[in-house]
This record gives sequence, structure tokens and C-alpha cells, in this order.
Amino acid sequence: MKSAVITFPGSNCDRDMQTTIEQISGKAPIKVWHADTQLPEGLDFIALPGGFSYGDYLRSGAMSAKSPIMQEVIKAAKKGVYVLGVCNGFQVLTEAGLLPGTLMRNRNLKFICKEVELQVANSDSVFTKKYNKNQRISVPIAHHDGNYFAEDKVLKEIEGNGQVAFTYTDNPNGSIGNIAGIFDKDKRILGMMPHPERAIDKLTGGVDGAALFESLFST
Amino acid sequence: MKAQVYITLKNGVLDPQGKAIQGALGHLGFEGIKSVRQGKFIEVEIDESDKSKAEEKIKDMCEKLLANTVIENYRFEIV
Repeated sequence: MKSAVITFPGSNCDRDMQTTIEQISGKAPIKVWHADTQLPEGLDFIALPGGFSYGDYLRSGAMSAKSPIMQEVIKAAKKGVYVLGVCNGFQVLTEAGLLPGTLMRNRNLKFICKEVELQVANSDSVFTKKYNKNQRISVPIAHHDGNYFAEDKVLKEIEGNGQVAFTYTDNPNGSIGNIAGIFDKDKRILGMMPHPERAIDKLTGGVDGAALFESLFST
Repeated sequence: MKAQVYITLKNGVLDPQGKAIQGALGHLGFEGIKSVRQGKFIEVEIDESDKSKAEEKIKDMCEKLLANTVIENYRFEIV
């Protein structure tokens, strides 16, 4: 599988994402800069990493969503390339219109950095097939704007279509429906606030995130 | 021409920052505050002499970037 990791000005989890992809897939991803106007040929998977792109100016992810490379990511996603957005990457995906809803300031207004328990809400996807449905996993979060919101009608659609990937078992940020991560309708795009790429090594906080990448790279 | 753009949260969308401001005002002794909602104010200067064309451009800017219409409303004045 040919992967790429996009770096925006202010991304800070791009190295973690690159290392994780290389460790689990056995193949280093191609590094792509936000101002690039073309993606490498023949990509199968694009990762948008966490961070604070453009200093979260205007709204988290709003500026990055309009960057030159994102227009290419949108085109690639529409052609069926798998896309994973973690944390700021999730915010960018919603701002770019690739995923429904938006991420607002945490309910308690605090930046939250801790290990949380997630429940796998749907294990029928390329990203989650190596988990069991309702399996509980431990993955870290580190965000200020992770409070997922979608209007009622959209929320019902997301829940009805099985687009909820992960939920929090103890909602840390006020997300509607305890939502921690969602798919697009085709389940080829996944956005999530928790960091699976930071949970692939026993020495640094557990291995519960590894199955996500193992699922994807066994596809 | 200059446009003044006001961006506000839609009704029904929780505004924890507004709530925090409301609490702080209460701590300062201001009484009778029913609610506080926080929004954004953006000024855009554009090189356009036709008012209706300017309005069209600003509306497009609001839809594409300035506001997130999932949670926000916008309105603007050309001044």
C-alpha cells in the first residue's frame, strides 16, 4: 500500500504518523507539504496528522482545509483513496467537507491530554476490522477542540448509517452521542480525535491503536 | 469598500465560552444577565466599487471560509 502523510504548518504529529505507518506497513510513507499542488502518483492511503495547523486561526482546521494540497486530497478521496485524519486532521476533514459535522471547543473549555477508553462502534470497515464490535480500547487524546457536533438530522444519519467508528465510554469533551470518530458514508474516510498512532508501543502508552493500522495495511 | 462581518453561533448550539463569560460577569457583581453568546467580528476591505458585487463576494467568502455554516450564522454590512 502506498501511503502519504501531509504536513501543514503547525502539524506536530506528522513524525509519529510516519513512524507508525512505516513500522506497521513496512513501507515509509511519502512526505507531502501543504503547499504542494500535486499528490504522488498511485496513492492508496493519505494520513492527515494532528497538531495546530495555522495556529488554529479562525477555526481549528479551517485554513488547512483550503490549502492547495487539500484540494488534491479531496479529489483523491472522491476517487476512493483511503483517508485518515487524527485530531487536527479530523478537524481539517470536517472543514474540508469530507466528513459531516464539526469540532467545537471542549465543553469544560480546557485542553485535555490524557488516556481515554473508547468503544469500537463499528468494526465493519477497512480501518476497524481487526477490532471486535464493542471492544474497549485505551488511546490517548490531546485536544482543545474535540467536542463533536452535528445537527440532529445529520446525527441521526451518521448513527443510522453505521458511520460512528468510535465512542467515548466516559465523554471527556462534550461530544454529541459520545462520538470520538466517524466515517464517511463509504467508510473509506475516518476522522477521530484520539491518537491511535501514539498507541502502538508498550513503552509509550500501550498498543491498542496498532490494530487500526494493521486493519488498513492488511487490506 | 469595507465589509463588517458578524459571525454568531446558531441558536441551540452550546456556547461554553459564552457561559464562562457570563459566569465571570456574575463574579464581578453584574446582575440580571440572562445569557452571553460569543461570536466573531471580521473586517474585510476589498477593491470593489459596485456595492452589489461587493456583497456577492463577501457572501461567497462567508460561505467558503469565514463562517462554518454547520454551527454558525453570518451577516454583514458594507460600510
